[in-house]
This record gives sequence, structure tokens and C-alpha cells, in this order.
Amino acid sequence: MLGRREFLKMGAAGTALLSAPSILRAATDGPIKVGVLHSLSGTMAISETTLKDVMLMLVEEQNKKGGLLGRELQPVVVDPASDWPLFAEKARELIEKDRVAAVFGCWTSVSRKSVLPVFKELNNLLFYPVQYEGEESERNVFYTGAAPNQQAIPAVDYLMSEDGGGVERWVLAGTDYVYPRTTNKILEAYLKSKGVAPEDIMVNYTPFGHSDWQTIVSDIKAFGSAGKKTAVVSTINGDANVPFYKELANQGISAEDIPVVAFSVGEEELAGLDAAPLVGHLAAWNYFMSVDTPENADFIAKWHAFTGDPNRVTNDPMEAHYIGFNMWVKAVEKAGTTDPDAVIDAIVGVSAPNLTGGCSTMMPNHHVTKPVLVGEIQENGQFDVVWETPGLVVGDAWSDYLPDSAKLISDWRAPMSCGNFNVELGRCGGAG
Amino acid sequence: MKNVLALPLRPYLAALLTALALMMPSASRAAGFEELVARLPEGGYSDRAQTIDAIARTGDPRAAQLFEALLEGRLHARKADGRVVILVEGAAGATAIDALSGESLGEAPARSTERIKVNNRLRGMLRSAIGALSLTSPDRETRLRAAQSVLKSGDPADIEALDAALSAESDREVAAALAEARAAAILNAKAPVAERRAAVAILAARGDAAAQAALAPHASDPAIVAEVAAALARIERTQRMWGVAQNVWYGLSLGSVLMLAAIGLAITFGVMGVINMAHGELVMLGAYTTFAVQEAIRGSAPWLFDFSLLIAAPLAMLVAGGVGIAIERGIVRHLYGRPLETLLATWGVSLILQQAVRTIFGPNNREVGNPSWMSGAFEIGQMTVTWSRLWILIFALAVFFALLLVLRRSFFGLQMRAVTQDRPMAAEMGIDTGRVDALTFGLGAGIAGLAGVALSQIDNVSPNLGQSYIVDSFMVVVFGGAGNLWGALAGGFGLGVVNKFLEPWTGAVLGKILVLAFIILFIQKRPRGLFALRGRAAEA
Repeated sequence: MLGRREFLKMGAAGTALLSAPSILRAATDGPIKVGVLHSLSGTMAISETTLKDVMLMLVEEQNKKGGLLGRELQPVVVDPASDWPLFAEKARELIEKDRVAAVFGCWTSVSRKSVLPVFKELNNLLFYPVQYEGEESERNVFYTGAAPNQQAIPAVDYLMSEDGGGVERWVLAGTDYVYPRTTNKILEAYLKSKGVAPEDIMVNYTPFGHSDWQTIVSDIKAFGSAGKKTAVVSTINGDANVPFYKELANQGISAEDIPVVAFSVGEEELAGLDAAPLVGHLAAWNYFMSVDTPENADFIAKWHAFTGDPNRVTNDPMEAHYIGFNMWVKAVEKAGTTDPDAVIDAIVGVSAPNLTGGCSTMMPNHHVTKPVLVGEIQENGQFDVVWETPGLVVGDAWSDYLPDSAKLISDWRAPMSCGNFNVELGRCGGAG
Repeated sequence: MKNVLALPLRPYLAALLTALALMMPSASRAAGFEELVARLPEGGYSDRAQTIDAIARTGDPRAAQLFEALLEGRLHARKADGRVVILVEGAAGATAIDALSGESLGEAPARSTERIKVNNRLRGMLRSAIGALSLTSPDRETRLRAAQSVLKSGDPADIEALDAALSAESDREVAAALAEARAAAILNAKAPVAERRAAVAILAARGDAAAQAALAPHASDPAIVAEVAAALARIERTQRMWGVAQNVWYGLSLGSVLMLAAIGLAITFGVMGVINMAHGELVMLGAYTTFAVQEAIRGSAPWLFDFSLLIAAPLAMLVAGGVGIAIERGIVRHLYGRPLETLLATWGVSLILQQAVRTIFGPNNREVGNPSWMSGAFEIGQMTVTWSRLWILIFALAVFFALLLVLRRSFFGLQMRAVTQDRPMAAEMGIDTGRVDALTFGLGAGIAGLAGVALSQIDNVSPNLGQSYIVDSFMVVVFGGAGNLWGALAGGFGLGVVNKFLEPWTGAVLGKILVLAFIILFIQKRPRGLFALRGRAAEA
């Protein structure tokens, strides 16, 4: 062992004379490993496979620029197969066996919750790229997707405005799990604070993969014929969306009558649908493929070149990984090491360009600043941005519209270093 | 940096623009049609809304065509000179036509023009404006649609146009629709009380959701409060009645889907006793065959698209049936009489098939289009029936009776019944039982493939398609009674209707749980399901 190291050092010293010092360190320390924890099989493969691809592309790009700290980056891809306990096992494998410096992964909230204890115990970093229900802030996790105040609330604001149609009656429809339930709880409280009467709010939950939407769509139709402008706020997840939109189109509900604003439907989901009957239905995201900026054009060109498919679409969680990865790179460069503790300290305040022409910043609560865009579906399956927030919105870990969360703040900088500081009780440890 | 700079600049910019706008003479006086059209590409959505409103008020006959183009996204502004043009897609690319004169401006290469965008609010405005402009169109359907869109907007400004159209209308149905549209506008116009009362009566007679939407905002109008309340109550009563019929239809439709998914299983599980966990994946293969057929048609023979499902159906049956026979010959036949091993092995097969499809076609949903005869809906009274669901119901029944005929009347059916009822005896009589087993399994699998063709019309075509139907299929077969096709029919429709009547009360999630609990209790009482087999076969 010692002999080999000696030999390596000698070799390194030799090369140092000939080439840049960066290569010297690469030879001594080996590559920096980056974990990619996305399902490549099972139900979630539909969404997560793309994120694996985009991570591979980002790592390749970074290596072309000379790697990180002069070392090469090496992606380690594992397949947790849409199986929540397997996520925790695979996370442990990435950290303990492969010794990755950071992990980019997870899609569903339940998979994130399942890996949390592993990241805390082994003190590593998770970059989570998907919009989620909030109500969480962990030292080891960086939330680069939208919190509810970066997606749901601005979308509702838009629909209430004159341009959005002045909606007065609301259907909150979602799949029955934690993200829609929490988001709808926040939205209900928000709508009531805006003076919407309880009888003007209809909440509806459906099981995962619900495919028979006839009854619910006709209920929505009936709810919408009370003479007040009605809209549907959809937190319907994944596979259930296609039959839902097909039923809307079949029953002749157009976006002018009852617009549907969705938080889980992006370019990728629309690829499986004939978008013509859906023109005008909305989605709220922090990024759309149609956004016209040089950064985005460049990103799309690279994506098409990397995948070799000029028809591949880009979407919001991909942008979140783009932001998160670049923030991590900058933080590692700032800290001069990949040591998780040093990176956690260094990353707060780090800014990285997003693809919509601005710069996102990592906040002390481990959420990022993002613009919020509302887009209308077009016939070609793309979105036309019809509204955006005037500036960037800071991700809020704890919602201001839930009584128990309103008194919590999160700040992972010293001296507070707490994810759920109770301002009423003046101590760390949540609502109770 | 960009944002920091932009923010303090914004108020000055706004002030500057307002000043410029004030200086422009065109803004202050009533602008002509040409001028207004030229102004369409400018500003944001609210500016465009004002321009559209002004164009509609000019009453210019060219407005309808212009609005249509704007609505369909064909109205563009030329980047070179800002001229507003209508793009017409041709075989060799788009050509531009001047929006005002209609003169052809030749070819318009991509990216040389910019689409004038509209949002939902503008689309609504355009539709009602087009409606008001086409009330006297020579085409009856157009007039009917126009009357309906004016009813939706209920804009008092359209009353004159409606009156003119009414006096010229000869078709009774269109005249009624016009009168209803006029009634909605009268209510909004705060006309004299007598007129408003008459309007309420007209809308009450219409008695559907559109009438309800037009009446509801006037429920607190003191002059006509009693009339509106009575009308709304009447509408609600009729709607409740139709609601029951609608629920029955939804139940039958869900039932047809359940039965279609389960009927193949009724053969492999019901008749042969093989627990085939890969049944859902065979359905999925059928759906992907449909996708592949449609892709081929889109690529080489687009005019065949309306027949794509007819072409896909036999192919799907062959593909799924072939895979089924391969599963039976390769795996299942070695495991007869060992249900647990069969369960595990076929479950493994299901995972392999899923991942194979994922590797070949990618993990994303694939788009399977509806042929024109399966799109949209029609109304019976106040009940909406979607064509796709109706055809699936018919298809499910056709498959069921065809299968029944095969089992009862064909020689193969006879052999199949003989083998399942008494295998040793059938073998003694010279029947190749191995071959019959393979063909029976293949038949069940092929029918699963047919179900996939139908399901591709209403559900996602993704590698996960099968998973969502496997539990439901077993539920139907167990509930209906294994070994009996009529059981699958009764089970499917029974569960469908029960589910749909529970759903409005309990919500979709609890409804599903209740149905499952009901089946468990039912099986306790009648372990062999609704249609139990009797006699020697049942003991085997």
C-alpha cells in the first residue's frame, strides 16, 4: 500500500513538471464522486429517469471545464426502483460504500422522508429538485424545487387577478397523499384569508393512478355552473393526469369555462397527450422550456446534443438540478473541500444563474430564491408564459398560512443553526 | 445584477410610456378598423383586450375572420415591418395573407413572423365576440354555436344583434337558443322588471347548467328574487333526476372497462386456475401495439388514422396472445398445481415485461390519439355521453359475446371445456391437452391485448398501465365467480355501478375502500362468487 502511494507521488511529481497543477491533484486524490439517486424502474421512472440523464450531462459539462478543485467528477448512479425503503438503502450504499461527496435525488416526498435519517446519521448532502409541500428544513437537505409559496400561492393570485379571469370559486383537486393534502390545507387557509367563502371551495381527493374521472369531472362542471368564475387547482399526481385531462376535453370543459392550474404537469407529462383540447389550461412552475433566454437556449441545445434526441423536452425539476448542482460546485470551490460540514456552511448565500435570466441564491433555510411563472398550455405541448412574479420569491420552509407553522423560522447559519425555531417560545424544536 | 438595475427603472419607464401614449393622437379619438388591427401586436394582454373590444365595436365585417385567426393562433405580426398577417398552412409551408386586405403576401418562412398571443380571458372575449358577429351566419350549426357562446357571456351589448337575428331566424331550435341568449343578456342589462321576469321564465324552461349559470348571479335581485329562486330549485330538481341516470351510465362505463380488463383473466384464472400476475402487462402490450400501429400510420398513411384501432385490434390480440403462449409454454406449464410458484413466477414476468417496454419505448407516456369517431361527447337530455366510453362499452360487450360463442359453439371451445373439466378423460379421448392449455392461455392473453387497445383511448400508455388494472381484474373475477364468463360480466358491471354511486357520497378514495371491504364480506358469505360453478368441475 505504502509502496504504491510512494510510486504515485513520484509519478505525480513527474507530471507536475510537465502539466498544470490541477492534474497533479487529480492524480493524487482520484475523482470526486457524485451520487444520483433517481428511480430508473417502477412507477416513478416516468419522471425520474430524465433527472438522472440531466445529472450525467451536468457532471460531464463540469468535467469539460476542468472538474472541481482540479479533480474529475464521477457520477455514481443507483436505481431505488420507486421503492421507498430501497431509497434509504441505496442512499446508505452511496454514502458508505461509494463515499460520494453529495447526492442529487428523490422525487416523491415519501422517498425524501425515507432517506432523511440516513443523511442525518452519515452527515452527507442531499439536493432535492422537486416542488414539494414545505413544512420541512433539514441541515443536510437543500430544497432546490419550489416551496408552496413559490408555486401554489402565486398561481392562485394570478387566477384571482383580472388577467387570470377573476376567479371566485375554487376546486382543489389532488391525489391522496402528503403533498396535495398539505398544499391544499395551505391554499384553503390562504383563500379564506382572501375572503373566499367556505361554500365556494370544493376539495376532492382521488387515489394514486385514478383513471375513471367521469364523476369528478361532472361534479366540477356542476360546481362551476353557479354563476361565479370557477377554476380548478390541481395537485393531481403523475399518471392520473392524462385520463383527467382527457375526460375534461371529452366533456367539453374548455380552459375559458373552467381553467385548471396544475402544479405537477409539465412539458414531460404533456408529451403523452394530444394538447390541442387543453389549450389555455395552466401550470405554475419556476421554469418553462419556452422561456426565451440565452441561458435556456444553450441548456436546451446541450440537452439535445447529450441525449441525441432533438425532441426531448426540458422541465422544471431539471432546472432545479441545474441550479442545485452549480450551487454545490460553487460552495465546494468556496470551501476548498467537499467535506459536508464545510459545504453546508459555505453554500448559504451562494448564487447560481437559473435558466430564466436571473440568479438564484441559497437562503439560510436551505431553500432557494426563484421567479414564479404561470404558463398556458399551447397546441404543441409547450407553455406560453402569461404571468410572472416581478422579482424572485424566497422559498418559505414554514407556511405563514398554517397557524402552527407561522411561528416557525429556519436558519442554518451559526449561531441559530435550527430548522424549526419557534419565535414565540424562543427556542428550537418546532410548534410544540 | 439585471434585476437590481431593472427595478428602479420601471416607474420611469412606465411614466415615459404613458406620456408617449398621451401624445399619440390615435389613442384619444375613435380609431378605425385598420388602425386598431395594426395596434393588436402591441402591449400586454390588457391592452390587447381593449383593442379587441374596440374592434368588436367597429362592427366591421372583417372582424369575425380576424378574431377566428387570432383565436386559433394564426394571426401573426411580421418581424420585418410589423404588418399583421394571417398564416395559412399549406403543404409546402405557411403563406401569409394580409389581415386587412386579404391579399396574398407569399411564403412566410418560420421565425419571420411572431404569433400574436392570447390568454384565457382574451379567448373568452374572442369567442363571445365571434358569437355576436356570426349570429346571422348562413350556416345553421354556426348560428347555434354563436347563440350558445352569447348565452355564456350574457353581454347586454349584444341585445340589438340578438333581436335582429331573432327576427330573421326561421329554424326553431336556433330561435330558441337565441331567445335564451337574449334572456341572459336582458337579466344582466337590468331591463324593466316585467322583461326580466319573462327572461327568468325562458331560462327556467331551458333548465340546464348553462341556464343555472346565467340565473345564479341574480338570486339576490330583489325585484325577481322569488322567480329566480323557484327557477333554480326547478333546475336543481331536474338535474338531480338526470344525475341518477348519469351515474348509472358512468357505472356501466366503468363496469365495461373493468369487465374488459378482467375477461381475459376470467379465462386464464377462472377457467384454467392459473394465477397470472402478468395479466396487466399483457393489457399494456396491447396498448403499446396500438401506439406502434398509430405511429406507423402517422408516418406513412395518415389518411388511415380513423381506422387505426381496427387495424390495431387484431395485431394487439396476436402480440399479447403470442407472448401469453410463450409464458405458458416457457414457465406456467412447469408449475401447474403449484399456485404459489406460479404467482411468483408470473409476477417476475410482469416486472420483466414492464422493464422491457420501458427500455424499448422509454419510461414516458406515449400519445395514442382518439380517432375522430371516438372524440367528444353528445347529450341525451342533460346527460353527457362521451363517444369513447360508448364505443368501449359496445366493444366490451362484443368481445364478451364473441368469446362466449367461441367457448360454447366452436370445436376449440369444446376441447377447452373438456380439458378443464376432466383432464385425464380428455387426454384419453385423444385431445392434445398441452396444446389446448397453451391455446387457452393464449386466448386469455389475446383478449387482454384487446382490452389494451380500448384502454389506450382513456388511460395513459405507459409501462405502468397494467399495474393499475391487475387488482381490479382479480376483484371482478373473484366477485363474479371464477370459471364463469357471465360472472365477469355481472361482476364488472355490478362493481362499476356500485363504485359510481358510492363515489359522490364518500369520495373516490373511501369509495374504493368500501367496495373492497364489501367484496371481502361477500366472499365470506359466498366463497365461490356470484356465479358459482356446480358439479364435478367445482370440486377439482
